[in-house]
Amino acid sequence: MIEFDRVSVTYDGASEPALRDVSLIVPEGELALVIGRTGSGKSTLLRAINGLVPHFTGGTLSGRVLVDGRDTREYRPRDLADVVGMVGQDPMAGFVTDTVEDELAYSMESLGMAPDVMRRRVEETLDLLGLADVRDRALTSLSGGQRQRTAIGAALTSHPAVLVLDEPTSALDPQAAEEVLAALQRLVHDLGVTVVLAEHRLERVIQYADRVIEVPGGAAAVSTGLPGERMVTAPVAPPVVELGRLAGWSPLPLSVRDARRAAVALRRQLDSAAPVRAAAELGDELARCSDLVVGYGNVMALRGVSLSVKSGEVVALMGRNGAGKSTLLNTLVGILPARSGTAVASGTDPHQMKPAQLVKAVGLVPQEPADLLYAATVADECAAADSDFKVPAGSCRALLERLAPDVALDLHPRDLSEGQRLCLALAVVLCGAPPLLLLDEPTRGLDYGAKRRLVAILRELAAAGHAVILSTHDVEMVAEVATRVMVLAEGELVSDGEAAEVIAGSPTFAPQVAKILAPLPFLTVGEVADALERAS
Amino acid sequence: MRAVHRLTLPRALHPGAWWLWALCMAVAASRTRNPVLLVLILAVTGFVVAARRSDAPWAYSFTAFLKLGLLVIGIRVVLQALLSTRSQGTTVLFTLPQLPLPDWAAGVKLGGEVTAEALVTALYDGGQLAVMLCCVGAANALASPRRLLKSLPAALYEMGVACVVALTFAPQLVTDGRRIRAARRLRGRTRASFRTTAMPVLEGALDRSVELAAAMDSRGYGRTAHAPRAQRRLTALCVLLGLLGILLGVYALLTDSMSFPLAGGALAIGVLLAVGAMAVGRQRVARTRYRPDPWALPEWLVVAAGAVAAGAMVTAAVRGVHGLLLDGPLVVPPVPLLPVVGVLIGLVPALAAPPLKKAVA
Repeated sequence: MIEFDRVSVTYDGASEPALRDVSLIVPEGELALVIGRTGSGKSTLLRAINGLVPHFTGGTLSGRVLVDGRDTREYRPRDLADVVGMVGQDPMAGFVTDTVEDELAYSMESLGMAPDVMRRRVEETLDLLGLADVRDRALTSLSGGQRQRTAIGAALTSHPAVLVLDEPTSALDPQAAEEVLAALQRLVHDLGVTVVLAEHRLERVIQYADRVIEVPGGAAAVSTGLPGERMVTAPVAPPVVELGRLAGWSPLPLSVRDARRAAVALRRQLDSAAPVRAAAELGDELARCSDLVVGYGNVMALRGVSLSVKSGEVVALMGRNGAGKSTLLNTLVGILPARSGTAVASGTDPHQMKPAQLVKAVGLVPQEPADLLYAATVADECAAADSDFKVPAGSCRALLERLAPDVALDLHPRDLSEGQRLCLALAVVLCGAPPLLLLDEPTRGLDYGAKRRLVAILRELAAAGHAVILSTHDVEMVAEVATRVMVLAEGELVSDGEAAEVIAGSPTFAPQVAKILAPLPFLTVGEVADALERAS
Repeated sequence: MRAVHRLTLPRALHPGAWWLWALCMAVAASRTRNPVLLVLILAVTGFVVAARRSDAPWAYSFTAFLKLGLLVIGIRVVLQALLSTRSQGTTVLFTLPQLPLPDWAAGVKLGGEVTAEALVTALYDGGQLAVMLCCVGAANALASPRRLLKSLPAALYEMGVACVVALTFAPQLVTDGRRIRAARRLRGRTRASFRTTAMPVLEGALDRSVELAAAMDSRGYGRTAHAPRAQRRLTALCVLLGLLGILLGVYALLTDSMSFPLAGGALAIGVLLAVGAMAVGRQRVARTRYRPDPWALPEWLVVAAGAVAAGAMVTAAVRGVHGLLLDGPLVVPPVPLLPVVGVLIGLVPALAAPPLKKAVA
């Protein structure tokens, strides 16, 4: 269905090609998963499938891309619209109309389909993706999962043979991600659509993949293989695979279900062991909310939240999209005022503080990291951050080197990949070393390597007496780093307790290791390895 | 009778009908400065909006326009108070401290005596503008401009898409600006500069437009335009010229600024040009439309109601019916019968427009 024949892509003005000599074939009806580090060229590969590279982006493409027998050299993206459906990273950015139904019909209108065919396909797609009850709603009023499904539906209505998705679940909570993946699986199984999807969160998708395309970036060659074989040696792997490797299971299980069946012996072996977790050394109270109410207009985003966070803690804030996580973080840095109740950060009211004092008390990495970045190059940004926060020159750069060693310093921050940009914003905020550090969805678009480095840095900060609050949907990250978990729902705090207690028992928030080894209280592969070592 | 003609079958009214009705109400308001009539027009549009608006985000824009109207009145009154002279009347309400102005500004005065006549005139003038704004607000609340653009003739399709994109981006820019201003605090910066405010907003907007363009391209936008570019441009130009002619003609007819034959001629030529170009343009566009809004009996009734309201006022104005304009600022406004009945007919859409579909619980 899709054939790449010695394809190389070089963007204008770039010294190195973004893709080098790629040859691969994706047969019809397969789900191909594209993996690789951030900025390694995954998006370029995806966009080459429908000709956006190079027709839209510019640059030079050598070799040949064939989709359903059509050569992208001769067909523009719009001429491939009936064969390839494309869903971008941010569904909101690709919406042309304003209601769900109109959006679903848009591509068909462009293709000039007959009104009765359009009518029928819109109805079918609404049912297929479970959107029937929001058909009249404005796109801006949808939840993240609904938006993503609408974007997929909009690409599907013209019945393309190929569906290309760029990180469809990275911004979604676990429940919404499940919905989207279930919809995709239905397309592959029932309708025979060929799906190509890029995703960092392997733990969510690897079990559905028929084929893995690894884009290593740099000079290394793009390679393809079966997921089971690939995962034996892959440098990045989800926890289920790492546990399998540790326990020496063969064949390597890719889903929790397979792993549970293989894990009977392991569970028995670990029965008497318990994970050793270093208790956090708690110090002064750095964040406190009492009966906090915050709202926008007549919508109350937080209704009576009370909490206290002490230094040395890493608190994970979880909950559905729109549960009030970002509102809580924004209130703690004083961007939003409290309607009633109080929010205290590092002993002061953040809403009253001058910005220059604020950054010494509390720091926030916002959901759009680019909001924090003003300079024209990465190097300038680091220098500006040093002077903004009055720290010795070079501090920011040193932090950035640790977080993302391969960022080119002469690039514009907007030209970085999403993950790299987040690392830069993180470095900027961290160089002020605020006692209270807040992170709003820091793992969006991060690969496993960057995530591991982030975990190490957060642990270090907590040990040095900082308090960290991060909002996230990434349960594996929570299992690794959080000492405490708070779950928000509808603006209320519904659970607050030690990470192990809160997430291990929850059907949506439990990490893979907890699901595999339940009822044993293990959360991460590291804890299991540790327990096995002590036992022997 | 076909189902679409029924007044009780729940569906959304054609956006064009709403806009025509609202514009007619605005025309009605443009003919009078009588506060009784102005308040009546406001009440009529407000009632129809309350009866037939949806739950969509744009349905709340009537309140926003109402606030804008109040602001207009406020500005008008304050300016009049500052600049008022005794030319309009002699009832001095109070005296502001007067600012001495240099000789070359003779005839202009800042501060000083404020007369009741000046203030009341400003109030009525501002009120007229405010009511006309609210009529536009009503159209906005009842049918989003995007839906109206969707029913544009095929020849104007590209232009419509450009407008739709602009309509999405404008509110987005405001949210972006707010977010970026908030983020500036996080860098410990107090002062805004071009670099830290406008640049990120503009960069964000540019990024989004590029992404939207990519999305539209991959969804087949522009794929069916096989007509040569020159011909496309020519049709678009003819449509625009035609619309301009219609606009000019209508304006001239309403304001009596041109002789009747001239204005009528402009209108006729405009209609001919526009219709002709649209017919030509329609042949080349192979785009289809998903669920086009039907134009049936309810639409005709709504437009007719607006036309009657506007017609009554325009006729009254042409005939010089007493009560559209006040004899002086400080008289009790009269209640002229014909215009009041005409404006009340503008209430018809509250019944004639079909009710909205209720969300299935």
